[in-house]
Amino acid sequence: MKSTESAVSGDAAAKTYVAPGKYDELYNFVSGGFNGQVSVYGLPSGRLLKLIPVFSVHPENGYGFNEETKPMLQTSYGFVPWDDQHHLALSQTNGEHDGRWLFANANNTPRVGRIDLKTFKTAEIIELPNSGGNHSSPFITENTEYVIAGTRFAIPVGNQESPLDNASFKKNFKSTASFISVDKNTGHMSVSFQIILPGMDLDLSRAGKGPSHGWFFFSTYNTEQASTLLEVNASQKDKDFIVAVNWKKAEEYIKAGKGKKMPVEYYHNVYDEETHSATSRIIKEVLTLDPEELKDMVYLIPCPKSPHGCDVDPSGEFIVGSGKLAALIPVFSYQKLIKAIDDKAFEGEYNGIPVVKYEAALHGEVQKPGLGPLHTEFDGKGNAYTSFFVSSEIVKWSVKDLKVLDRVPTYYSIGHLMVPGGDTKKPYGKYVVAYNKITKDRYLPTGPELAQSAQLYSIDGDKMQLLLDFPTIGEPHYAQAIPAEKIREQSVKFFDINKNKHPYVSLGEKATKVVREGNVVHVYMTAIRSHLTPDNIEGIQVGDEVYFHVTNLEQDWDIPHGFAIKHAPNAELLIMPGETNTLKFVPVKPGIYPFYCTDFCSALHQEMQGYLRVSPKGSNVPLKWGTGEEEAAAPVAAR
Amino acid sequence: MMNLRYLLIFSLAALLALAGCGGNQEGSGQETSSAEAPADNSLVAGKTDNADPKGIGKFRDVPLTHPLDEAMVVKGREISDVKCMSCHKLTDQKLVGPGWKGVTDRRTPEWIMNFITNVDEMLEKDSEAQAMLELCMVRMPNQNLTDEEARAVLEFMRKNDGKN
Repeated sequence: MKSTESAVSGDAAAKTYVAPGKYDELYNFVSGGFNGQVSVYGLPSGRLLKLIPVFSVHPENGYGFNEETKPMLQTSYGFVPWDDQHHLALSQTNGEHDGRWLFANANNTPRVGRIDLKTFKTAEIIELPNSGGNHSSPFITENTEYVIAGTRFAIPVGNQESPLDNASFKKNFKSTASFISVDKNTGHMSVSFQIILPGMDLDLSRAGKGPSHGWFFFSTYNTEQASTLLEVNASQKDKDFIVAVNWKKAEEYIKAGKGKKMPVEYYHNVYDEETHSATSRIIKEVLTLDPEELKDMVYLIPCPKSPHGCDVDPSGEFIVGSGKLAALIPVFSYQKLIKAIDDKAFEGEYNGIPVVKYEAALHGEVQKPGLGPLHTEFDGKGNAYTSFFVSSEIVKWSVKDLKVLDRVPTYYSIGHLMVPGGDTKKPYGKYVVAYNKITKDRYLPTGPELAQSAQLYSIDGDKMQLLLDFPTIGEPHYAQAIPAEKIREQSVKFFDINKNKHPYVSLGEKATKVVREGNVVHVYMTAIRSHLTPDNIEGIQVGDEVYFHVTNLEQDWDIPHGFAIKHAPNAELLIMPGETNTLKFVPVKPGIYPFYCTDFCSALHQEMQGYLRVSPKGSNVPLKWGTGEEEAAAPVAAR
Repeated sequence: MMNLRYLLIFSLAALLALAGCGGNQEGSGQETSSAEAPADNSLVAGKTDNADPKGIGKFRDVPLTHPLDEAMVVKGREISDVKCMSCHKLTDQKLVGPGWKGVTDRRTPEWIMNFITNVDEMLEKDSEAQAMLELCMVRMPNQNLTDEEARAVLEFMRKNDGKN
């Protein structure tokens, strides 16, 4: 019987209790789904530690609002301040999480972001050409050679206009798998090549590892190539495919000059740690490979039925398909796949790509595991954990003999699940976390929408044990977790003011000034506990473009200063110690505009304020600024 | 008045008790029970006058040179412009913090160096530093100066005070 009482046993709370002043064991990075952010929770406490804006503007810290970060959200279709953030991948070295970067995908306007785990800031965003919904992304190879971006929606390559019917779909629509290479030292991303696949929906993906390193696996649906009512029309065939891509082979073909350059246009936005500013670059070309011509690069494995997850176990030998509509879990063997390819055990071709015989690649099937298997993660002890959306449960089973070992209910409608390191060669194990889509009956009602949730289970023993559930922000899609010790010590505590290379930095109050260039006014301002310099500014006129470049002179951990000005239509600034941020403000009416620090900083925080005087256009009020020139300060030094 | 006196006695007692069990080292397993341990009123209940003129920190002996090291003076002035002059004047006037004029007469070189580099502990424990905090009401930000940078700033302060 599924009830809260039966699910939780007495010592659960003790296992998640983290005393005040103590640190959590793990950082859990959880995708924000349709809110476009990444949230960071401590495990096992479930405490929210941080929100990292990636693809959505964030008023709390001015991300996407200040001049420095606006370029991060530029695309070839203009400024796109929102996205649907689905999956996350921690960078890996030798198949283990190394704590350097976190990659995030944007599903809607196809993009991939990189978050620097020293600063917990978005460091880079790359747009993807020839993509229509970047869903099977950003999964990663075992040395972070590539981050993958597979398209969910097939679209006409080059995005030309095309009729919407099945005949047109089959003829014109294609899917692309983009391989984004990652610079070993800087982390900088570039689209290395794209494989142009037949029109179908690439759903999820995993890199091979160990013996299967050099391969990438994608699940796919709508191999029927229907253009309408996919709920019915994409469920016609008994089996869809897992697409197996030999990317080492693709690299060979590129070396041999078999790639074709295609004109495209996409943005690459990079944030510079020293100027605290992002810049955008437009890239106009992409290298493509055609598997219909290059025959031994891509193979298809039949997989029942509308597969969602396709997950590779820690040994790299087994690939677990999860048919959303299947009543079993097929497990494929990498060795058998290679043998089938060598033996040419094919059942035919699909749009010119060889289809391996199902049985020839199959390790075996987990029979009657539950309803609606979605995703599988592993504990490093030979066990797999699969989420079941329809029957709302996690099922533990043995990879070797495919026997079901245990099952626990989830509340409610679990999507992804995550074992810390469960996607690597060496899972950390200990916990499995369920990320739930719907939370009925779980929390106090807060209107029609309830907080979505995550649930933490212990997997230390033979039986899984529910320990905790906690509300999450946005839709907790996929997640990654890493031991805190791999990140904590490298955390940036403040930015060295002497390394601040922002073009509008004020290195000390002496350097503050107001400069007019036509109708553009640059205010070089500093902030320190507890005043802004200058705090009185006159001579600004209606219609001027005023740029407040505020430098935080603090050199102490966790002392950001804020800056907000009355009627500014964008947002505030939140400036980290040693950093410079810029707020653009165009006054539309004459008057006095108070400004102030928004982030509580000291006993005299409330006094950290000032005024901007805005005069009518063409006024002869001279430009004038200053701080503390009116009153003489009282002497205390002679005390 | 009565209350204040009791608080003073209690806090002195607490101080002695702490000293007796070897200070407040982390992980020493000390536990306080609400019946015996009064609130820590050390910030408001009066000061002890036994402050170390060298302050609290690693600097116990800062050798001074005569004449002044002019290279250090220049460096100290540059550092001060970026990190210090937001809050301090070179005269005896208070801005946010106290004016610098005469500081090298009022404080030992060690106290100055310890205060610059160990500001949080000094503000918590050094009675002179605490007295300044009561006056200024803004904790001096830890500007994370290196030892050499702090020494250069000290040299600039000496120059400002007309030392040679």
